[in-house]
Amino acid sequence: MAPTSIRMHPTLAIDELSVGFAHRGANIAAVQRISLAVSPGECLGIVGESGSGKTQVFMAAMGLLASNAKAEGSIRFEGDEILAAPAPRLNRVRGSKLTMIFQDPMTSLTPHLKIGTQLAEVLVCHAGMTWRDARLAARAMLERVRVPEPMRRLNQYPHELSGGLRQRVMIGMSLLCKPSLVIADEPTTALDVTVQAQIMDLLRAVREEFGMALVLISHDLAVVAGLADRILVMYAGRVVESASAIELFRHAQHPYTAELLKCIPDISGPRLTRLPTLPGQPPKAGDIIEGCAFAARCPRAAERCRVERPVLQGSAGACQVACHFPLSP
Amino acid sequence: MFRYFLKRLAAAIPTLFIIVTITFFLIRAAPGGPFDQEQTLPPEIMANLQSAYGLDQPILTQYGRYLRALAHGDFGPSFKYKDFSVTELIGQGFPVTLQLGVIAMGLALLLGIPLGTFAALHHNRTADYATMSLAVAGITIPSFVVLPFLGLLFGIYLRWLPVAGWEPGSVRYLILPVVALALPPLSVIARLTRSSMLEVLRSHYVRTAFAKGLPLHRVIMRHALRPALMPVASYLVPAVASIMTGSLVVESIAGLPGIGRYLVQGALNRDYTLVMGMVIIYSALLIGMGLLVDLLYAWLDPRVRLEQ
Amino acid sequence: MSTVMAGPPPPAGGLWRDAARRLKSNPGARIALAVICVIVALALFGPWFNPNSIETLDWSHVAAPPGLQGAHWFGTDRLGRDLFVRTLEGTRVSLSVGLVASLVSLIVGVSYGAVAGYIGGRTDELMMRIIEILSGLPLIFFVIFLTVIFGRNEYLLFFSIGAVGWLTMARIVRGQTLSIRQREFIEAAVASGAGTGRIIVKHVIPNVIGPVIVYATLTVPQIIMFESFLSFLGLGIQEPQASLGTLIAAGAGEMEAASWMLLIPGGFLAALLLCLNIFGDGLRDALDVKER
Repeated sequence: MAPTSIRMHPTLAIDELSVGFAHRGANIAAVQRISLAVSPGECLGIVGESGSGKTQVFMAAMGLLASNAKAEGSIRFEGDEILAAPAPRLNRVRGSKLTMIFQDPMTSLTPHLKIGTQLAEVLVCHAGMTWRDARLAARAMLERVRVPEPMRRLNQYPHELSGGLRQRVMIGMSLLCKPSLVIADEPTTALDVTVQAQIMDLLRAVREEFGMALVLISHDLAVVAGLADRILVMYAGRVVESASAIELFRHAQHPYTAELLKCIPDISGPRLTRLPTLPGQPPKAGDIIEGCAFAARCPRAAERCRVERPVLQGSAGACQVACHFPLSP
Repeated sequence: MFRYFLKRLAAAIPTLFIIVTITFFLIRAAPGGPFDQEQTLPPEIMANLQSAYGLDQPILTQYGRYLRALAHGDFGPSFKYKDFSVTELIGQGFPVTLQLGVIAMGLALLLGIPLGTFAALHHNRTADYATMSLAVAGITIPSFVVLPFLGLLFGIYLRWLPVAGWEPGSVRYLILPVVALALPPLSVIARLTRSSMLEVLRSHYVRTAFAKGLPLHRVIMRHALRPALMPVASYLVPAVASIMTGSLVVESIAGLPGIGRYLVQGALNRDYTLVMGMVIIYSALLIGMGLLVDLLYAWLDPRVRLEQ
Repeated sequence: MSTVMAGPPPPAGGLWRDAARRLKSNPGARIALAVICVIVALALFGPWFNPNSIETLDWSHVAAPPGLQGAHWFGTDRLGRDLFVRTLEGTRVSLSVGLVASLVSLIVGVSYGAVAGYIGGRTDELMMRIIEILSGLPLIFFVIFLTVIFGRNEYLLFFSIGAVGWLTMARIVRGQTLSIRQREFIEAAVASGAGTGRIIVKHVIPNVIGPVIVYATLTVPQIIMFESFLSFLGLGIQEPQASLGTLIAAGAGEMEAASWMLLIPGGFLAALLLCLNIFGDGLRDALDVKER
């Protein structure tokens, strides 16, 4: 691909993406007409509760949707359509230029293969390296993601490594082919608190070192806050707010974002006896909602919110919000 | 690993000993002797026969003698094939049965595993339903129906293969018996592989393997297949038992000179020593298979290795 | 990954209706049931419509192919015996052995499993150990061994076949009983002073009935297969009585000259076993019984 075309296209451009699951003859919508773009080198945070569809958006991009899923719309990676692309075509970028880190490092590595094999096969398959060279490169990568004793690790099985180390291996695995975009889906959720901070530090460091774009998916605004340039808040399969990280934290416009912000414990402030939690439940997948999906839990909800669905307003790239009564202009 | 294997081996020997003991005393406790069915013999000839086979000795002496002989690989004389010892009969028949069984087992694994994987990859589609329907037929229709039907089709109507008979070194006589013998375990293996493969394909590490952009064959062969084979490994012992059972009828129908046919003949003739020898050989084979499966488990899942 | 939650569990009373509906929507199981009904009806009433009897030797039609001559619709065997009547008689024998032996294994298996699961502790451990040892043996060898010792007779056949079927059944009933034992209504029964035997009969058995029906259905073809296997080898049902196994054995010897002698009883056995298994599988899916 010519370098000019890279400059012209965003790294990832998702347009009007919908994902639904066939279940007992019905189609249950998980993602509804979402559009977003990730520029080269940018870090985009995706925040939402579980079931908000945030993972499914990127599963669709990676071609990893369940077999009963149906996706519509468009996903372009560096200008090429990859949504529903046949596996051989998708595999030209998947795992090399477009990679993903998963939530649970304990189960995300193949138990019966040595770490070295699992790392090296990426280079053998994508870069056409020999196994010998690939193992050397894998060793070097383990060093770069700060895995102690990399030589020994190559010959170990996943169950011989701690959770934090395995996530480092996963991160290293995603970086082997110098990707333009790494998708990290809840990379710290399954880890101990002390290890979480180390993994976030590592992600920050490799981002500086490799300069790739990063999508950071989390249910926790606080996790995303430290790293993201821009944050997208999702609720019930739709984007409710999108803004630069600074803007979002300074004046959140959507009531849902505001509620999420309240849930972040403020270490500098006075100690609260109880952390505020968001009351109520998000709508279940498959529920049909006329108006705003958040209306049932929203402190500002009015009659209009229950009958008319708010659309995402504002220009792409700047602040966007989908609310009839946003908090501040 | 090696010590674990030795331990299992040490545990297997008493099991075999118990089987030998029980069969020995059960046979001696049975009403009537081995020569009852022949025309009533004059008492002096009967006594001669009894002493020739050592049946006039106290039972514990007989038992001790049998064990001592067994330790030297001697199963005693056959009561019916008067010129042969049981060891000789086993020596003649065993290579045939082993050949038949090993090829059938190989065929069952070599076709069953790919078929099951194929069905799993086409989950809930026509290819899946077709494969699984065939598997149900393969499991339920017994080999003594399948083999004559195959013989009728390929032997009599098409005249491609011989219906029965045996010629050392000739593969043609083995094809139909092997197919009939392999079908039931093949079908079970295909079903087991399919269901465990479906489960493995939903696992997180297979998702990772796909996310790495590996080609499908590599994801299946290197990442998914080994864990999917765990249920197949634990089925191997029943599979061997099923092939042994099948070999009884298949050898009888196809006229193969294996130990299965000797066992059936021995049972029809009440040839005690012959049947005992066969039961011991078959039990030893099954126990040995169990040991092999233990080793296989350790290879399939490295976590098992660590626990030992 | 997002998963779609299933709806709330159906009310207890609707379980059977639900199962019946699912069974009806399974075309394989429906066809299988129809074929089973046809075979059973033929085995019971078919011989009435044919003038021939099982043992009559028709010397004018020896090894005759199927046709209308002498009303030998399925042809005759080497001795001129009518194959229509003999095949149906064999089917009836195989079916009744299958049903009786299944019933025996059902009673033995359910009581054994219920007792082991209900008493628990060391007794349970010992009882399950025995099952484990028995199911490790290839039972056909065990049966052949018994026929060597005791000679061939039909009671032995029933006994040894019954010994095969109950192992799985006992294991399943025990597992179900273990989980039911911990539930409240058993505690209530114990508190109200009911004895162990009464509790097993009144409370435990009714609650394991679903899986028991499924496995009883799957035991029948297993036992029919076993019986015909032994009869085929000459170790089961003896001439002049007919069983599908003996008919197939005879047919296999004659297939070059008289293929119908093999194809007809072989087809009956294959169809019967196949349909019984498909129906049993359908029943298992409908009642949602988990494997092992």
